[in-house]
Amino acid sequence: MTTIFDKSEEGKKGTTFKEESLSELTPEEGLDDGLLRSDELELPEVSKPELIRHYTELSKKNYGVDDGLYPLGSCTMKHNPKSMEDMAKDSRFQNHHPLASEDLVQGNLELMYELGEMLKSISGMAGITLQPAAGAHGELTGMLMIRKYHDDNGELDRRREILLPDSSHGTNPASAAVAGFNAVEVKSNEEGTVDLEQLKSAVGESTAGIMLTVPNTLGIFETDIVEIAKIVHDAGGLCYFDGANLNAFLGRVRPGDIGMDITHFNLHKTFSTPHGGGGPGAGPVAVKQKLVSYLPVPTVEKSEDGYEFDYDKSRSIGKVNSFSGPYGVMVKAYSYIKALGDEGLREVSGNAVLNANYLKEKLKDTYEVAYQGLCKHEFVLSGSGVGEGVKTVDIAKRLLDYGYHPPTVYFPLIVKEALMVEPTETETREALDEFAEAMNSIAEEASENPDLLHESPKTTPVGRLDETKAAREPVLRWRKEGKK
Amino acid sequence: MDFIPNTDSGRREMLEDIGVNSLEELFSDIPDNLKVERGLVGEEAETELELKESVKEIADRNEKPGDRVNLIGAGLYDHFIPSVVSHVTGRSEFYSAYTPYQAEISQGTLTWMFEFQTEIAELTGMDIANSSIYDGGSAAAEAVLMAQEYLGKDKVIVSETLNPRYKEVIKTYLPLEEKQVIELGTRDGRVDRIQLDNILSSEDSIAGLVLQSPNYLGIVEDLEGLKEVLDDSFLIVSSNPISLGLLEPPGSFGADIVVGEGQPLGNPINFGGPLLGLFATRKDYLRYLPGRVSGKTVDRDGNEGYVMALQTREQHIKRERATSNICTNQALNALAATVYLATLGPSGLKSLAKINWDKSHYLADKLTDLEGIELSWNQPFFNEFAIEVPGDPCEIWEKMKENGIDLLHPDKLEESGWEDRLLVAVTEKIKKDEMDHFVRLMRNEVE
Repeated sequence: MTTIFDKSEEGKKGTTFKEESLSELTPEEGLDDGLLRSDELELPEVSKPELIRHYTELSKKNYGVDDGLYPLGSCTMKHNPKSMEDMAKDSRFQNHHPLASEDLVQGNLELMYELGEMLKSISGMAGITLQPAAGAHGELTGMLMIRKYHDDNGELDRRREILLPDSSHGTNPASAAVAGFNAVEVKSNEEGTVDLEQLKSAVGESTAGIMLTVPNTLGIFETDIVEIAKIVHDAGGLCYFDGANLNAFLGRVRPGDIGMDITHFNLHKTFSTPHGGGGPGAGPVAVKQKLVSYLPVPTVEKSEDGYEFDYDKSRSIGKVNSFSGPYGVMVKAYSYIKALGDEGLREVSGNAVLNANYLKEKLKDTYEVAYQGLCKHEFVLSGSGVGEGVKTVDIAKRLLDYGYHPPTVYFPLIVKEALMVEPTETETREALDEFAEAMNSIAEEASENPDLLHESPKTTPVGRLDETKAAREPVLRWRKEGKK
Repeated sequence: MDFIPNTDSGRREMLEDIGVNSLEELFSDIPDNLKVERGLVGEEAETELELKESVKEIADRNEKPGDRVNLIGAGLYDHFIPSVVSHVTGRSEFYSAYTPYQAEISQGTLTWMFEFQTEIAELTGMDIANSSIYDGGSAAAEAVLMAQEYLGKDKVIVSETLNPRYKEVIKTYLPLEEKQVIELGTRDGRVDRIQLDNILSSEDSIAGLVLQSPNYLGIVEDLEGLKEVLDDSFLIVSSNPISLGLLEPPGSFGADIVVGEGQPLGNPINFGGPLLGLFATRKDYLRYLPGRVSGKTVDRDGNEGYVMALQTREQHIKRERATSNICTNQALNALAATVYLATLGPSGLKSLAKINWDKSHYLADKLTDLEGIELSWNQPFFNEFAIEVPGDPCEIWEKMKENGIDLLHPDKLEESGWEDRLLVAVTEKIKKDEMDHFVRLMRNEVE
């Protein structure tokens, strides 16, 4: 793949600035020898038309949710409304400094406050921070609050364990570890839900809390959640709710009502803000009353004089973001909730669950379904058993030739050769039918001509890439020929 | 609902295929007493037209930024952004894609990530860079965690002139009682080298020193010799990437990790986010690097292509033993930076850095010509500087605000004990007549 560096030619440039020399002092005079840049910067040298052609060409080698179905389990790849992209670009939103005088940015503060209030109401919580920049950042924020809570109660020395079902997202144990906890795995039962007996034997004096994902990664609602919360609370621990799968019950169930103490939202999943090819996201964290004073500062509050940043949180864990959070993402999520209204929130989860169950119905005769009952917003299939020597990765790569982004593969780890499918509510029945048809054809191909799958993809800009080589001989940057 | 294509009749047929009677029945596995029946946000849906009007009303309750002169920096800078940047980031093949897990249909993302890593490594004078961290503060915190992990040492020295918000994020990330943050003071606006020597000789288990250049007061630090006194301990430098068009990069002074806020590279300030954490390091530390990286490889036919490399460091494989918990990053902001640096090129970036230098020095000269105003420290600065003013700086701040000029409130300098000063940032967007107007207003205040 040609990079912009390969297209670079000395003397070309895409943007010109006019130097004025207003000051009497030049940088050459004002900076000691050692401070002035001495090397020739190796940045691309291209004109604007070449630049636009290059990035347009690259964009065509990508696949976004605007290109087609993107059934990536646990990622909630739904339509990103264009109106929200436009609204977030308003210069009165984009160009203010977060340290500007608060009376000049009342609109921004109002939007943040109102978004916070809506998210609190949606989750059944008492307080919120909008600072975290992503889901995992929210998890870390939650873990640090749990840590400080036990510290204030003089129990941190012994409460060093966070319980995690073996089906949890990889970020959960990593976030617990960054906050200084030991991750303790709790085995799931056959349905992928938490085994209460296992849990009872795992909790104790060393329990700091539990991290739960609901519906779990098999797409099943954790029916015993109130009991789970009670077991953990009785042992003195706190309950963290990973909100990545909120699309499954938006407007229908609230983490705060079912015993959870802390939850994060993925605005870039449930609330339709684009994933950007990996980010930016936003991971606001909402908490019960007993943890409000632990929230990062500043929060946004409403007073008689208007809206303001509030730094007054007696037990605050501090700051997790350099400023007040990813405001541009918040504008989109706020607009999305307003566009849905109360009914729309329920329609989102209703249709997400409908689409998932419908698609599961279309696939259950060809692929082994990890759990037979009703699913929520996603379900897990196994790729094993469709053809001699055919693996899930082969099915996924063959799907590329059918023009689809594949489901999440090899997760959850508790299902052999897992394919985790989340169609979302923004897909049509026809699109689901066509996808099911493709999946079923692939299953046929797998038994008749497995090599077709092993050799796929054939229609993509590159074939199957050698990841082992990339790890063994890492080449992580462009170098001019002949330069080390 | 504009975003949900299913119709009533379609839904009925789908429910029939599934074998249930209603949407509600799909939720029958959830005990009724756990469900909420009432509306949660108390709102009717707004149409696109209504929504645009109501959101515009909120925007109207902000002052119009174009009507004011913004001299606030403090880590975020209002630079000119060429139109090509938003036209590239506005392509939905980029912005509506997920993390490039399926490399064969993500070559667009993986290729620009590779370009971005190259640009940031070049700019900072380092071997390698990752494809982003959340922001400058979290990048600094991740750098400290990496130094601690690599060296197995627990203490970190943090310069007083590191952005105080970054310092707070580092402290939040390091809550373990055995991990200690040691504050390093300043001498003449720069890192106090004598105090540093004392700390290094009296303390052990130092994982690294974190400092910023240009520092929070705008002053260019002299990094010469720092790595030598730190020895094995990491030299971690936070830099404004635009300044590196002019300044010798930290890599040339032996920095082990260079971090920074990448917002100035083609991203609007956006009331504080989304931002762009930069993270570059030496190749020796590759296996300790946090975050995603794109690496070059080949397909089965030998064609070149890119994949997410070294995923075994990451949380989805390593879980609690990952080098960091980061997953979602700031990809689209990094794409903006990639395009921005490519359109400026080496000469454009150098030119831009010079203009920032030139304008800020012009303003500093004019201000210090006024009776009673002087630079707080007589040290080289880049595009931001601190001044001493006669009288109450808060009153001056208020007066300037009334006249449409926004400065960082002196309270924001309070925790470092610099609240009797004003910090002024200038970018290429500030016009000469705006600076002259500001100087005239200041003259009225001080003379």
